[in-house]
Amino acid sequence: MVEFELNGVPRRVDMPADTPLLWVIRDGLGLPGTKFGCGMGLCGACTIHLDGQPIRSCALPLSAAAGRRLTTIEGLGAGPAISDLHPAQQAWIEGSVAQCGYCQSGQIMAAAALIDANDDPSDADIDRALSGNLCRCGTYPRIRAAVRRAAELKRGGEAVVQSFDPSVAVAPVGGLPA
Amino acid sequence: MSTEQLGPALTRRTLLKTSAVAGGGLIVGVNLTGCASAPTLGAEGDLSPDAWLQITPDDRVIFQLDKTEMGQGVITSLPTLVGEELNLDPARIHVHLAPVHPRFQDPIQITGGSTSIANRYQPLRQTGAAARDMLIGAAAERWSVPASDLELEDGAVHHRGSGRSARFGELAEAAARQSIPKNPTLKPASEFRWIGQSVPRTDRVTKSTGQAAFGIDVGMNGQQLPNLATAVVIRAPRFGAELQGFDAQEARKVPGVIDVIAVSSGVAVIAKGYWPARQAAGKVDARWSEGPLKGLDSASIEAAQRRALDEQKGRNARNDGNFARAAEQAHRVIDAEYVIPHLAHATMEPMNCTAWLHDGICDVWVPTQGPDIVQAVAAEAAKLPRNKVHVHSTLMGGGFGRRGIPDYAAEAVEVARLAGRPVKVVWSREDDMRHDFYRPATCNRLRAALDDNGTVTGWEHRLVGPSIIGTLVPDFLGALMPTWVPGGVTNVLGRAGGAVIRGRDSSSTEGAADLPYAIDHVRVESILHDPGVPIGFWRSVGHSQNAFVVESFVDEVAHAAGADPLAFRLERLAGHPRHLATLKLAADKANWGHPAEGRSQGVAVHESFGSVVTEIAEVSVENGRIRVHRVVCAIDCGLVINPDIVRAQMEGSIVFGLTAALKSKVTLKDGGIRQSNFHDYDLLRMDETPVIDVYFVNQDAPPSGVGEPGLPPIAPAVANAVFAATGQRLRTMPLRLA
Repeated sequence: MVEFELNGVPRRVDMPADTPLLWVIRDGLGLPGTKFGCGMGLCGACTIHLDGQPIRSCALPLSAAAGRRLTTIEGLGAGPAISDLHPAQQAWIEGSVAQCGYCQSGQIMAAAALIDANDDPSDADIDRALSGNLCRCGTYPRIRAAVRRAAELKRGGEAVVQSFDPSVAVAPVGGLPA
Repeated sequence: MSTEQLGPALTRRTLLKTSAVAGGGLIVGVNLTGCASAPTLGAEGDLSPDAWLQITPDDRVIFQLDKTEMGQGVITSLPTLVGEELNLDPARIHVHLAPVHPRFQDPIQITGGSTSIANRYQPLRQTGAAARDMLIGAAAERWSVPASDLELEDGAVHHRGSGRSARFGELAEAAARQSIPKNPTLKPASEFRWIGQSVPRTDRVTKSTGQAAFGIDVGMNGQQLPNLATAVVIRAPRFGAELQGFDAQEARKVPGVIDVIAVSSGVAVIAKGYWPARQAAGKVDARWSEGPLKGLDSASIEAAQRRALDEQKGRNARNDGNFARAAEQAHRVIDAEYVIPHLAHATMEPMNCTAWLHDGICDVWVPTQGPDIVQAVAAEAAKLPRNKVHVHSTLMGGGFGRRGIPDYAAEAVEVARLAGRPVKVVWSREDDMRHDFYRPATCNRLRAALDDNGTVTGWEHRLVGPSIIGTLVPDFLGALMPTWVPGGVTNVLGRAGGAVIRGRDSSSTEGAADLPYAIDHVRVESILHDPGVPIGFWRSVGHSQNAFVVESFVDEVAHAAGADPLAFRLERLAGHPRHLATLKLAADKANWGHPAEGRSQGVAVHESFGSVVTEIAEVSVENGRIRVHRVVCAIDCGLVINPDIVRAQMEGSIVFGLTAALKSKVTLKDGGIRQSNFHDYDLLRMDETPVIDVYFVNQDAPPSGVGEPGLPPIAPAVANAVFAATGQRLRTMPLRLA
């Protein structure tokens, strides 16, 4: 049994201690936002925060989480209003960064950790923080712009008001029991 | 259907091309899948002038997204077309991921070939306009007013004189009883409110908060499938090797493992979650036959291709004038050989599929570009009639052509059938990398004849490679045949069809045979050589490699003629106004001829999927490393429906193409793929990504392709810039300096 805090909630998990955190989060705790991309810490799709630091959850075992604070994309912003999300998420939405979107949870977690630590990152800082996160759709130019914009929001910049209707915005997958 | 009928006509383009006729809506001519019964879309009382749209009495406007979303933005741009005619903000339209339906088949229900917007531009506007007229007709009857006094705004019909209004939902049932107009009047372009504007992507919030559900997420987030298990499959180490036996004694001891079974593709390990399944898979001792490709490696394929070029004569894909004579009479002939490697798709979401056989039906949840191809192969795997297979498309974590092949869906259905419970099969990155359908490897020999003025008089391009359609059709055509054709016959027809099609497949010469330059004597020859490696459609297909070969060699010819590469193109493309317009616009924006200090420029222009794109790359070479600083892209894709999405597709295509140009290749070793994960199949990264500026050549023409045309020009633009910088002509991908 391993105990830790996930997205502000204390959790106890009874899974083998060598299970990668990715699969603890996805299969054990049912949170789908953290993605499986490579299983070797090479692509960044599974990036979460461990005590505020970005880590690759596919390459870190459950035992490493004991007594620590974990944050996934689901716990990054308060939501549900866009203005309550993390500045990185707001900037991502404003810039329509995502294409397929699969890698974006990891990209946003990496970006959020960067601007939480440094609200005026240089291009070199952005390169360092984000170059380990792969995106096959090629959204890098927009990610760079969104990180800069997120930092601006973090420094108190005024957000562009964005609204959306959650009942409309989610295209439901068919055929699933409710 | 005879193979003779199928052969000559069947190219990728005709496979994907709609049978829509201008202004006449969509005519479903040949229904290859033979889907007997159409699923009901919407409910009694909905206003549904066509399958794409339902307006419900509880006031929802539902759009059936028949094209699947893999990042290209159809989830936003297609509803925009309907919303425009309904005068309704596309953000208010509920998008449902559509099931297989005959109305969505043109002639198969596939997303690819950069066709979604081009094929749906008219039919979807007509659908929206028909609903508009029916809503107006219902309101006119209700209020006894002339239809001409009514207008649509904010999801309601308004009467100008009296100020009366009624929501779409209030009118839906009465409107549904109106007759469906055949040729409703479409809004004139001058009145467009959303078409041509950057309507924000409607998936931007769910994809920034972790809420967007991909195939791999099925059954999570509160939506539970009873007893859902996860399976991984141990696949053959070599293509075509067959399972001879396995020992799973140790694997079965791993806690959480449910079963270990033989399936068509290998050994399936079924467990309560991915990690126990993966761990147990590592403990299975599987024995394989050698397979037909044992001993095959990339060097031997390349050598065989060179031998074929030396010894064989292929099919003329084009033969204008007489190249041989032009070469004889030339003052000078230059020649070059270009070599293109295999490439993997490497979508960020690995292949996966969830299947559940229950109550005489089979539910399949799958991230796919081809739901009806999935339905056909799933029916075979489930041993059920096709109409008992319900395909539920999900969002895709990338497609790029990989997800048009249904192998991973057939596999999941088989595993679920044998397991007797719902199963999600999840591929590892290694499975995904080593069991792809790869971009074909080709070898190309080119010659150009120049007269004593330096004018190019002849062009010859001989290429050798396999036929994508010819290899895919035998595997999958059988599944696509109507159900009344017995299985044995479909297999024979499939093989025969493959042989017929192989000789005529244009996907290997597209972008080469249609060389646009004004040259009197042009010969393009295609030699078939199929080493047996699985191949498939890879973003922009033949164009992805042929544009590199052609536009690099055009640069060689320009230099041989002593001409500026841009000036040479402008002169030789005088009869192609769209090429000229993109070249001039890009050259102007990139300040051609005046690169930044320490940098060099290269240009390439290419037409594909109905669109023309010029790209100018600005590069430097530092310590033997190619660095791309900036790319200027000018596109003519006809009418731009959503400028921001088109810009995103250009950015994405350029990054995708730069990965191919600078980073990755797949190599064979002893009949299997050597690469396995991102450490040996690297993708372009943030710190290597150039600044990308996208410009549109505005055209009144109807919209043409966007998802792929941005890719072909980038590799030659970079290679040409490297030549300008170093004098080295790089003719092998990925580009490596000597």
